Amino acid sequence: MPVKVIIPTPLRVYAGKRASAEFNAGTVGEALKHLTTEYADLRKHLFTEDGRLRSFVNVYVNDEDIRYLAKENTATKDGDTISIIPSIAGGCCPL
Amino acid sequence: MAMATTTQAQPGTKPAATLSKQEILRYSRHLIMPEVGMEGQLKLKNAKVLLIGTGGLGAPLGLYLAAAGVGKLGLVDFDVVDFTNLQRQVTFGTSDVGKPKSQAARARLSSLNPDIQIEAIEAQLTSANALDLFKDYDIIVDGTDNFPTRYLVNDACILLGKPNVYGSIFRFEGQVTVFGMADGPCYRCLYPEPPPPGLVPSCAEGGVLGVLPGIVGSIQAMETIKLILGSGDNLIGRLLLFDALGMRFRELKLRKNPKCPMCGSNRTIHKLIDYYEFCGVRGEEAPAPNVQVPEITPRELKTRLDRGDDLFILDVREPHEFQICNLKGHLIPLGELPRRVHELDSSREIVAHCRSGKRSAEAVDFLRKAGFRKVLNLKGGILAWSDEVDPSVPKY
Repeated sequence: MPVKVIIPTPLRVYAGKRASAEFNAGTVGEALKHLTTEYADLRKHLFTEDGRLRSFVNVYVNDEDIRYLAKENTATKDGDTISIIPSIAGGCCPL
Repeated sequence: MAMATTTQAQPGTKPAATLSKQEILRYSRHLIMPEVGMEGQLKLKNAKVLLIGTGGLGAPLGLYLAAAGVGKLGLVDFDVVDFTNLQRQVTFGTSDVGKPKSQAARARLSSLNPDIQIEAIEAQLTSANALDLFKDYDIIVDGTDNFPTRYLVNDACILLGKPNVYGSIFRFEGQVTVFGMADGPCYRCLYPEPPPPGLVPSCAEGGVLGVLPGIVGSIQAMETIKLILGSGDNLIGRLLLFDALGMRFRELKLRKNPKCPMCGSNRTIHKLIDYYEFCGVRGEEAPAPNVQVPEITPRELKTRLDRGDDLFILDVREPHEFQICNLKGHLIPLGELPRRVHELDSSREIVAHCRSGKRSAEAVDFLRKAGFRKVLNLKGGILAWSDEVDPSVPKY
């Protein structure tokens, strides 16, 4: 069941500069596992060391926050879009 | 709720009940729209809006809200106009470089609309002054650029029951929503915690296309005006995402978290806290987190190069930065260093540099842990090289 994962700009650098990726996955957790297997550098940005989704990373299936669904066990169906929405502060100041 | 807060005058001051002949002419394109009309224009005239930040987002916000006739605008900014601001902060002209932003913005907005009151607040927003600054305004508009201020603005708005028109940008992406309404979520419902400093995008991924804050700030201005007029559907409980590169708008549902420590039914945060501590940073200009590495100053490097010492210059910036200016070093972007480390000869002395010295400190730290013994960080990076050795090298 292909689902589309939209990779936000700040994380694209860890995902081969791709804006989105498609995976066959029955749940959000499976899709994110595929994503972080393909792009290992993404893992620490999305998951804690013990494998939990980081609290400042919001994940949506279509327009719903998975925190209010079944979290990572939220079922996905063919054609669903998973969005990763990290917090951005708005700055543009190079350090 | 917005109506009550946005049209109420402060105790002791009488709301304006009429427009002058000149104001009628100025606002005629509003007045002939039934959605605004005389009643709406008077609401705008009696409204007080506080802009946090007068930079990229603050520019269209200030210009459009002043032009629309918002009766009182507060401009909070402690910063000074810099040449690098002019690419997107369209309130400012070249002659404003070096001036305090809040003052320069007030001058520009006053010339656009002399009939409104503009308060320039040349100060950093802090936990000590936020409640006092916010209390005289109906709507707070968040156009800042760092996490501590985002949480501070949110919490102060919730404590005072004021709407918070939120916008943020990153490179080609923008987010806009309205927080702080009684029936809607707050920033903490969306992001309970800030990202730890180490996971915030670094300067290698920084930058912003100048038009983007123009678009996002304009959407914030529209939402502010709609809150004042009490018309239309606001972005309450909706997060608008804008992808400028793909030119797509998307919308996500934001829910009020019943367990939110700030706006939930069992509030656990009752006063403003230390937001720098909460975010684990001293603002956006945080120094490199605890990376202590051997350094060389630009002058020392120049002396050693002139003397003919065998030094290998390693540039850890991105290729597009190398094109702006370079010290003829060997380019390996920081992110590629682990898999390209074989390109380096550990028997030679290596001097790593980047733009400011932060990324190269990480590179030196990495190389030392990988067994390189003779590796130094160019202190202050290419910026310091330009200041201290070769002013012909452009700064960016």
